[in-house]
Amino acid sequence: MTVALVYPELLGTYGDSGNATVLVQRLRRRGQEARALTVHADQVVPATCELYVVGGGEDLPQELAAAKLRAARPLHRAVEAGSVVLAVCAGLQVLGERFAGPDGRATDGLGILDCVTERTGSPRAIGEILVQPAAEWAGQGLPVLTGFENHGAVTELGPGCRPVGRVIAGVGNHDGTVEGAVAGRVWGTYMHGPVLARNPCLADMLLSWVVGSLGPLDDTEPEALHDERARLGSLERRLGGPVQEASRWARLRRARSGQ
Amino acid sequence: MPLTGKNAGDMDHRASPPGPFPLRTRLAALAGRSLARLSRRAGRGSGSVVGGHAILAIDRSALARLAAGRETFLVSGTNGKTTTTKLVAAAVSPTGHVVTNVLGANLPSGLATALASGPRGAPAVLEVDEAWLPRVATQLGPSVMALLNLSRDQLDRNNEVRQVAQRWRQACQEASPSLVVVANADDPLVAWAASGAKRVIWVGAGLRWKADATGCPACGGQVVFAGASDSPLRLEDEPLAGWSCSECGLCRPHLDVLLDWRPGGGHSAIVVHGTRHRLSIGLPGRCNAANAAMALAAVAASGRDAEAALVAMARVRDVAGRYATVKVGRASARLLLAKNPAGWAEVFDMLSPPPAPVVVAINARTADGHDPSWLWDVPFEQLRDRFVVSTGERGLDLAVRLHYAEVPHAYVPGLHQAVEAAANNPGSRAPGGPDPGVIEVVANYTAFHQLLSMTGRRP
Repeated sequence: MTVALVYPELLGTYGDSGNATVLVQRLRRRGQEARALTVHADQVVPATCELYVVGGGEDLPQELAAAKLRAARPLHRAVEAGSVVLAVCAGLQVLGERFAGPDGRATDGLGILDCVTERTGSPRAIGEILVQPAAEWAGQGLPVLTGFENHGAVTELGPGCRPVGRVIAGVGNHDGTVEGAVAGRVWGTYMHGPVLARNPCLADMLLSWVVGSLGPLDDTEPEALHDERARLGSLERRLGGPVQEASRWARLRRARSGQ
Repeated sequence: MPLTGKNAGDMDHRASPPGPFPLRTRLAALAGRSLARLSRRAGRGSGSVVGGHAILAIDRSALARLAAGRETFLVSGTNGKTTTTKLVAAAVSPTGHVVTNVLGANLPSGLATALASGPRGAPAVLEVDEAWLPRVATQLGPSVMALLNLSRDQLDRNNEVRQVAQRWRQACQEASPSLVVVANADDPLVAWAASGAKRVIWVGAGLRWKADATGCPACGGQVVFAGASDSPLRLEDEPLAGWSCSECGLCRPHLDVLLDWRPGGGHSAIVVHGTRHRLSIGLPGRCNAANAAMALAAVAASGRDAEAALVAMARVRDVAGRYATVKVGRASARLLLAKNPAGWAEVFDMLSPPPAPVVVAINARTADGHDPSWLWDVPFEQLRDRFVVSTGERGLDLAVRLHYAEVPHAYVPGLHQAVEAAANNPGSRAPGGPDPGVIEVVANYTAFHQLLSMTGRRP
């Protein structure tokens, strides 16, 4: 099993390469063979990997990455062949129909996800985010997802894809209602963290789409991190930073208002 | 451009005595100093932030007025600001007749307090937050501005490092023609930003962390670096080293000053316009040699003597508690600061060899950035042959990173307990040694300050 890390120089600003590390490690720890393949910006993305990780990045590199992926269409071919793709933030935007380029004008995406990303002038969405996954995935045991969002544009979903779930804390795609874009085996999300480091269950769900059911793992620390973030995410979002830093007065006010 | 001689002498850092400040500025400075003193007495830190807010509230132009008539050096960049500022300040005024923000309060409020508290007419050497640099430079009208490096840091606040470079470039373009920019030519983002200035001293200070510099700042094309990424830059390789964009041809400018760094110490040197100056500094690591090269170039650009500057810089051994060895319970701990992947890239070499244990403390407060996902850009796999204790308010994020990096580790929430856990771990004792010696403690910004307070060394 090969996890391709696509253009980390262009799409890797927020530690999202960690998603590939987590995927590979979680298979290896179960005794299965797995390797991460880093595809640099001057290399051709192979269309034959089982799993692809596309990370977040800045405006200009994002446009370059989109141009490269549009030209050779490796992700199109991989998705048609049934590969799994995790696309985070700028990665999600690139996989959509259109996104806002460096000067704000509409730029063609890959059209793999039926969504459009635009800049509306609304303030940048920055902070902890919590998402209740849609019933389909919650029913498979996927708990509340935690992440850190940091994006300036908003994404509208078309009928061809569904959101990851409902936003509990944070902004998500647009206005605090829904987050992410999923179609088939392509999982698009605004959650950094990296998302799979914070949500081991999501990592296993994506892996199981490739290799089938997975045995248990010692997840003491990943689960402790997940639970800590799920517990503090809403409060930190409202306080605008870590609990330890908020003034006693602010904490008291929150406590009084029952939040 | 010559660094010494006529041109540099034109800058005249021995300015004539300034006239009195306007009444409003004097009132503002008085209020700020008083408030800062009150805040210190109340045990609420240095008071420089609250004092500075008062100054700027009373006189919005206080920065410009308090800096008028001074020779001003500004130092900015993602890493090395505090150290470079301290080195420049030591060299500019070995007697301490200098205004500087040694406590790292590098936003306008901190700068205002520093300027209001320092001696009139003394030169000012100020570190400035990279996002604030353009606005601060416009108000202060510096004579020398040292631009060290730019890389990902506090992305929840700065968003895109490229945007910071863009704003720097604009500030350089709009600055007074008398400003000398001292720029790290090895960092493409810095080089592109500085090339907007009219007078630039290019310094080959090196760049170990390149992940934020592989996309050309001018056109987005791929920047290609010559030579192995980790090998030290040597004089004989100099014409081959450097970088260039494969699309638009933007490339490293021709160097005026070069750091000739030899690991292991002893023979490193800084070459200033062909003259080789032996480098001896009291601070460890390649990054501090690079800071010294930037500092020396800035001091030389003001017309001062390079050899005398190096002598003064060599006396600096402690920068706001960094590299200090402190007692934590019965253990000895050496404190190191690393707050982003570029900082970590320099820290690995400074650690004493395995199996010496390492404590890593991570917070995610505002001054650290609220998003610690940068931990995944640090190759912690390099610590596999030692025992690591993760701690701090985001110690769990680090523990998970170490878990997947297959580093033997423990998560111990309290800082004090974490250092003791490292000292007591049997696996970390050197063969035959009775105790693990000095524990290396690497912390990011606010965790570092908590450690300093805890050990009674208030920053």
